[in-house]
Amino acid sequence: MSQYAVPGELKYTEEHEWIKVEGGLAVVGVTDFAQQQMGDVTYVDLPEPGLSVEHMAELCVIESVKVAADVFSPLAGVVAEVNAALAEHPELINQDCYGAGWLVKLKDYDVSGLGELMDANAYGKFIERG
Amino acid sequence: MDFSPHTDDDRAQMLGAMGLSSVDELFAGIPPELRVRQWDLPRPMSELEVTKRLGRLAERNAHGLTCFLGAGFYDHFIPAAVDALIRRSELYTVYTPYQPEISQGTLQAIYEYQSAICRLTGLYASNASLYDGGTALFEAAMLAVRRTGRKRLVICRAVNPIYRVMLASYTANLHLELVEEDLAGGGCAADLLDDKTAALIMQNPDFFGRVHNYADAFAKAHEMGALAILCCNPLALGVLRTPAEMDADIAVGEGQPLGLPLSFGGPYLGFMAVSEALLRLMPGRVVGRTLDGQGREGYCLTLQTREQHIRREKATSNICTNQALCAVAALIYLSLLGKEGLRELAQLNMAQAAYARQRLTAIPGVRLMDPGPWFNEFRLELPLDARVAVSRLIDKGIAAGFPLGRYYPEQANALLVAVTEKRSKEEIGNLAEALEAVL
Amino acid sequence: MKTIYDKSRPSRRGVTFPAPLLPDACFQEACLSPELLRASPAQLPEMAEIDVVRHFTNLSRQNFGVDVGPYPLGSCTMKYNPKFTEEIARLPGFAGLHPLLPQLRRGGLLAQGALEVLHEMEQLLCAITGMAAYTMQPLAGAHGELTGLMLMAAYHRHRGNQKSLVLVPDSAHGTNPASAAIAGYTVRTVPSKDGVMDLEAYRAMLGPEVAGVMMTNPNTLGLFEPDIKQISEAAHAVDALMYYDGANLNAILGIAKPADLGFDIVHLNLHKTFATPHGGGGPGSGPVGVVAKLDEYLPISRVARREDGTLFLDYDRPHSIGYVAPFYGNFGVVLKAYAYILALGGPGLKRVAMDAVLAANYLRARLAPQWRVAVDRMCMHEVVLSAADQAAQHGVTAMDVAKALIDFGFHPPTVYFPLVVKEAIMIEPTETESKENLDAIVEAMAFIAKKAQDDPDWLHAAPRSTPVGRLDEVRAARQPDLAQR
Repeated sequence: MSQYAVPGELKYTEEHEWIKVEGGLAVVGVTDFAQQQMGDVTYVDLPEPGLSVEHMAELCVIESVKVAADVFSPLAGVVAEVNAALAEHPELINQDCYGAGWLVKLKDYDVSGLGELMDANAYGKFIERG
Repeated sequence: MDFSPHTDDDRAQMLGAMGLSSVDELFAGIPPELRVRQWDLPRPMSELEVTKRLGRLAERNAHGLTCFLGAGFYDHFIPAAVDALIRRSELYTVYTPYQPEISQGTLQAIYEYQSAICRLTGLYASNASLYDGGTALFEAAMLAVRRTGRKRLVICRAVNPIYRVMLASYTANLHLELVEEDLAGGGCAADLLDDKTAALIMQNPDFFGRVHNYADAFAKAHEMGALAILCCNPLALGVLRTPAEMDADIAVGEGQPLGLPLSFGGPYLGFMAVSEALLRLMPGRVVGRTLDGQGREGYCLTLQTREQHIRREKATSNICTNQALCAVAALIYLSLLGKEGLRELAQLNMAQAAYARQRLTAIPGVRLMDPGPWFNEFRLELPLDARVAVSRLIDKGIAAGFPLGRYYPEQANALLVAVTEKRSKEEIGNLAEALEAVL
Repeated sequence: MKTIYDKSRPSRRGVTFPAPLLPDACFQEACLSPELLRASPAQLPEMAEIDVVRHFTNLSRQNFGVDVGPYPLGSCTMKYNPKFTEEIARLPGFAGLHPLLPQLRRGGLLAQGALEVLHEMEQLLCAITGMAAYTMQPLAGAHGELTGLMLMAAYHRHRGNQKSLVLVPDSAHGTNPASAAIAGYTVRTVPSKDGVMDLEAYRAMLGPEVAGVMMTNPNTLGLFEPDIKQISEAAHAVDALMYYDGANLNAILGIAKPADLGFDIVHLNLHKTFATPHGGGGPGSGPVGVVAKLDEYLPISRVARREDGTLFLDYDRPHSIGYVAPFYGNFGVVLKAYAYILALGGPGLKRVAMDAVLAANYLRARLAPQWRVAVDRMCMHEVVLSAADQAAQHGVTAMDVAKALIDFGFHPPTVYFPLVVKEAIMIEPTETESKENLDAIVEAMAFIAKKAQDDPDWLHAAPRSTPVGRLDEVRAARQPDLAQR
């Protein structure tokens, strides 16, 4: 089995973001694969709530010591909430990327875009192919 | 004279290890038609010959003049210890400190330099240096453009004119609007600042040596959502209100007054300090203090994701090599002066300039152009073209100042006179007598 | 080591000044209203001169410089810095010269010696690179790049060209794309193939919207770009300009000239090729040379000769991009490079390239049995190894190799660059390292290769001989401590 966790209930992008719908909002984060590739996350540059983003537009930037990675929005939508805890504790992305290390919640998102995303099975194969 | 240690025997052995017989074979990858056809360079010279030749060239420069020339670049005294220390080759024959374990000397010195700049300006963070005051001002303006997403820069005409033309050159291809106005006389005209303005840029002391408090102008800039940028003379910060006390967001300036020789325009030192909110947009190298595996304190380059080697076209600047050794020289200079020394030197500069003002304005026909207050420089109106007066005084061994007509055509008779701690009573008296004689 | 602020003691002083000429008059803070003054003095260290001298002397002892030992830091050309050039830059006739002095009397008469240096240096660099004219203004390599791109923009603007793209190979220095972006261009990355630019991919990317192509040759893998002539011809066919990043000029001094390779704009790094010291991160100097058709756009001022033989500063250049530096560049650095070029002369400069390339290839040949060479063929002035095998098999990274070399008395090579090589170790011995030193590097690298198999943890624990061990860079970035408050 893979060395990367890929929870079954989430949807994924080829840029290694995950998304799940929860209480009318779409929660976005980065995958275990992405956080392992990055190494220790040192800083997250989060967007302002209210920002409208296009599908696969730059949503935020995650930095480690030697890498700055753009995170793209898996769906078009409006930023409803950001994970303020990351300002003090960027390491949450390494410790719990699918939970406490979430990045952004989107509202008014494009529901039709969900169908375009990979399920866990497809994403698992995608990262194994490299 | 070359500096290669290789003997012909060494070369033959190295070639032999590769199974080659001639160095030419190593260049086989360069197509013959691309090889050098003409190599018209001088014959080699010995160290003695080069030194003599350069010595002769050095003597063809008028370096013995008594210097009242400033205009942003000053003839200050440099304690011998500054040069003695930066001539330690462990400090000057090193590259950028990419490997911190064997670069703690440079890294700690840069950290201490950053600390000194923060203490001088009152702002939160300093980088490891930029090229010079003018490029630092450009970087500050670009920081403001990035931060605000706006494209209009309002700059006072009393900012060093060389920096203003540099800014115009750099922004020519960037679709930015530069608005130059005379803002230093009174408060900043509010109608100049609008919701498209990225930054208000002021200088203190201004190019004419006048001292200001820009707190009100900066407050207006902030009301319009613009950043406040202050270009300042670091020596004057020994006494003057700090950029932080005026609520500037970014302080930049030329560090040459801090122990660097005039050296015909460089190497100098651009410094930059920013407020905490702008830290991650700051250009250039930054050194941070951290711990090693055993808990020992040490220093390393940090926040590197802002920089070109990681962020490439998205970097906050393209700067790589900066002016590190000049920054270390400035730190040594500031350490020798210390808290009281810097204040005393700033006061001394003001005092010498005040004395010169007294002497020079006593000359019939010479008029002081501003009501003050000043730092170590002031402008006089002469009864003739200042260029003519200056040229005449050169023959008496004096560089009397900078004729302002070059940058301000309406001020053809204006002379900008700088007086540092190096100018003695006798030298100032000589200037006054000589000036009176040539008018 | 304690910081200089920790060592400060109230009322100690390292320097004193003469008494003011107006001791009693209203001259100082008294005549400035309080709103113009700082609330409290800047908290600078208070030290006796001896304490300052010891502090910086002891700091310097924690540095490893070229004068301490071999410094094969790839791409940085850390050759020996001759001492006599330091003396020359400090001659009072140069060091004491105010940059505005030429403006005080009939353009330049007061600084003929300094202008002569600038003028001759320009001609020497033209002879070395084949370009038609140079400006000494750019203050470092990246600043030269920005200047060159501004020249490119001025050229296209003047010709009415609408161009927005700059092509940069994937092996380029990070400054190339960063400079292009700051000059207002959009960057497109050209892929490499077998270590050099992929000609087919490049041709597919070329179009009328391409303003220029930035290349380093030899490139950052230490390989000469064999298709350079086709690359530059194709660029010129769409009126794009060829930009030469001079970081690796050391390899081709007297062997090939950038102008003959089809380049239109060149920047040089005097602190690399021409042996001026790097100062731990500057000052550098990055003169920019151009072909004749770009001459009119060069920054002002230009040094020019009058009919009477005297030199002057020419500001009357209507198409100039303006000022990129306040005056004439890092003049003190230009002086040192000038003295170096005069000392070596034509034959010496060519010897530099030959010895530098010989040394790099000797290392390549000797290291190849233990280390994978990124592109295993004849290299130029530097060789790029990959520790990817050691990383995969033993968990020993390029960083481990670098740190272990410190304990053998060497400055580490450049690691993790170029980005196109996994676990890259980029070694540039330069021409000034003797065969004994090259052999010592080989021995150390062989030892490290063996240790990687037998005892990887020994390498993970390196370096052992330094005042601090590997630093916690994550902590430094997460909780930035950038100044002592």
